[in-house]
Amino acid sequence: MLNEPIVTKRVELDDSHTLQRYLATGGYEGLKKALSMTREQVREEVTKASLLGRGGAGFPAGRKWSMLRQAPVSYLVVNGDESEPATFKDHLLVERDPHQLIEGTVIAAYALGVTQAFIFIRGEFALGIERLTAACNEAYGHNAVGKNIFGSDFSVDLVIHPGAGAYICGEETSLIESLEGNRGFPRIKPPFFPAVTGLYGEPTVVNNVETMSNLPWIVLNGGDAFAALGQGSSAGTRLFALSGRVKNPGWYELEMSKTTFRDLIYDKNLGGGIIGDKKIKAFIPGGVSAPWFFEEHLDLGLDQDAVAKAGSMLGSGSVVVMDETTCPVRASWRITRFFHRESCGQCTPCREGSGWLEKIMRRIEEGSGRPEDLDLLMDVCDSIAPGVTWPPQQTTICVLGPSIPSSIASAIRHCRDEFLEHITLGHCPYEKDHILTGAAR
Amino acid sequence: MKHNSDYIDKVLERNAPSAGGGFSEEGLKRAEALIALYPKKRSALIPLCHLAQGEHGWITEECIEEIAGLLGVSPAEVSGTASFYDMLHLEPVGQYVISVCTNIACMLAGAYELLEAAEEKLGIAAGQTDTDMRFTLEEAECLGACDTAPCLQVNSRFFGPMNSASFDKLITDLASGALAGVVPPHGVLSRVERVFALTAKDTDDAGAIDSKEAGQK
Ligand SMILES: Cc1cc2nc3c(=O)[nH]c(=O)nc-3n(C[C@H](O)[C@H](O)[C@H](O)COP(=O)(O)O)c2cc1C
Ligand code: SF4
Ligand code: FES
Repeated sequence: MLNEPIVTKRVELDDSHTLQRYLATGGYEGLKKALSMTREQVREEVTKASLLGRGGAGFPAGRKWSMLRQAPVSYLVVNGDESEPATFKDHLLVERDPHQLIEGTVIAAYALGVTQAFIFIRGEFALGIERLTAACNEAYGHNAVGKNIFGSDFSVDLVIHPGAGAYICGEETSLIESLEGNRGFPRIKPPFFPAVTGLYGEPTVVNNVETMSNLPWIVLNGGDAFAALGQGSSAGTRLFALSGRVKNPGWYELEMSKTTFRDLIYDKNLGGGIIGDKKIKAFIPGGVSAPWFFEEHLDLGLDQDAVAKAGSMLGSGSVVVMDETTCPVRASWRITRFFHRESCGQCTPCREGSGWLEKIMRRIEEGSGRPEDLDLLMDVCDSIAPGVTWPPQQTTICVLGPSIPSSIASAIRHCRDEFLEHITLGHCPYEKDHILTGAAR
Repeated sequence: MKHNSDYIDKVLERNAPSAGGGFSEEGLKRAEALIALYPKKRSALIPLCHLAQGEHGWITEECIEEIAGLLGVSPAEVSGTASFYDMLHLEPVGQYVISVCTNIACMLAGAYELLEAAEEKLGIAAGQTDTDMRFTLEEAECLGACDTAPCLQVNSRFFGPMNSASFDKLITDLASGALAGVVPPHGVLSRVERVFALTAKDTDDAGAIDSKEAGQK
């Protein structure tokens, strides 16, 4: 499907995480080339590449970099918090190709003129942290990080920083708070961009792990070669994480736009179709914050603009498949429960709204729902994100809040009858479903 | 996994959560080296909490006070920050913390059935620790390994896909020590340490990248 993968070319080798393998497969050549170019030239290539941020918001990396306020001190923070449910691509890149991430990070630091970089890794990725720490030690030893890199006059210090378990820390201002040693409370905007005021109040670029991992290839092959893949602004390849009721869950690096959701889910070399060849009911195109898609959306391309136009988002690139055996009430209840548990609690609509929604959803799933609950749910959704539109209206400090209604509104709008069936039957029609175990009780 | 320091070897020897106490002498040296990595001390707060957890299995009161002293903040600021984070435990937990993911992808693959089997096997509900401080069971949010659904972690190490039979075997292997090389004691995040001497900051003005430095390599 792809002539040459960009970010996953090594990941299946046993020793893909070692310096030795990395060097034997072209590693650190991109950095060497970057150091022979001027900073402006490197930034120019990244802008030409149309590299959209891979963390969820899809903001062009080149543009973000150009917004970095000029100041004596500035920082680069790589976001490896990866906690959006159903997302597991950065996990792969950190564990299986840590040197590629380091190389990309050093290239970005050079292009930005930053001398202190951090890679923030989700605390649960212990093996990833071990591999990245080992790789960082090796990279210092190889003079790919540290002082006078490869004999140039460029020096950068790199710190691998472990997270400690909080979804909200993926939000960039919360990530910065956490890195400063605080609770992960997102900061009030404006300023809208850490590029103006970020870590320790200094200008800071925050970029995702996958975004960084593309840089060695872009520098080596040129921005135009990257932009030639995909279509329009959705350039290059992207790492998609496929999970749920499919035969072959896993990660797939695919050229943007050229593959459709149908290919991803059904192609025998990709998802392989639905378990037991059941019918598809719904799928989430980009992490649980995204509104759901249905059968009629299967032929859309994996393209940021096309997905946005159809009313959802490609987000973190994670696709979850639900089939005819999936209870939509239970699925959206679980997603809502996640947001309720992970809300940082600063904003009333998010903190209280998620709790109310979770309670109402649970009582419907348990069979004690009332017919008026559907309107009540939509009413609460409307208080969190007025109009329940996509993209949502924001009433809160960060976009976790306005993402909460996505799954409920999708499920109610498309599976209303199933909600009503729960209410009239007095129990969930899917017999196997019993959610009242453990801490959910 | 190769370890790269005697300190790690020592930490790996711990076979039960400790009752209390502060950092070991070597731990304190680690703490100072970690603090030196950051432009501002306070940024080391969470790494120091992980360090404390690696020594004791949880973050003891003594460690909280020492961290506060090292960072120049109040103990309440340390515990106030730590309590925000799911991985940081301010009270003792079992030798093995088992976190079963029940989020969407795992749920669609039977995670609640797995959690129920786990509760039955261990005789505790999610959120509890057994009486001999062996196992703590948690219901976790997505762990970022949804291609191995339903999955779980033991002390932040991944296992999946799981079912009730493989869960039973996992418990047997943990209890017998067969997995000691895979699953370190709770709180030991990284068995590889940063080689601290490599810091660019140690050499005076690594910051001045635009000033051509004399004596380039
Ligand atoms: C609630 C929330 C969670 C987020 N989680 C992550 C995450 O885990 N990883 C990530 O890279 N970006 C995450 N983001 C997006 C970041 O705020 C930010 O846009 C991104 O890291 C920028 O990198 P990029 O431009 O390279 O994508 C999250 C945003 C929100 C609102
Ligand atoms: S929207 Fe929710 S998660 Fe975001 S800052 Fe407000 S309360 Fe916290
Ligand atoms: S949903 Fe369980 S690991 Fe992602």
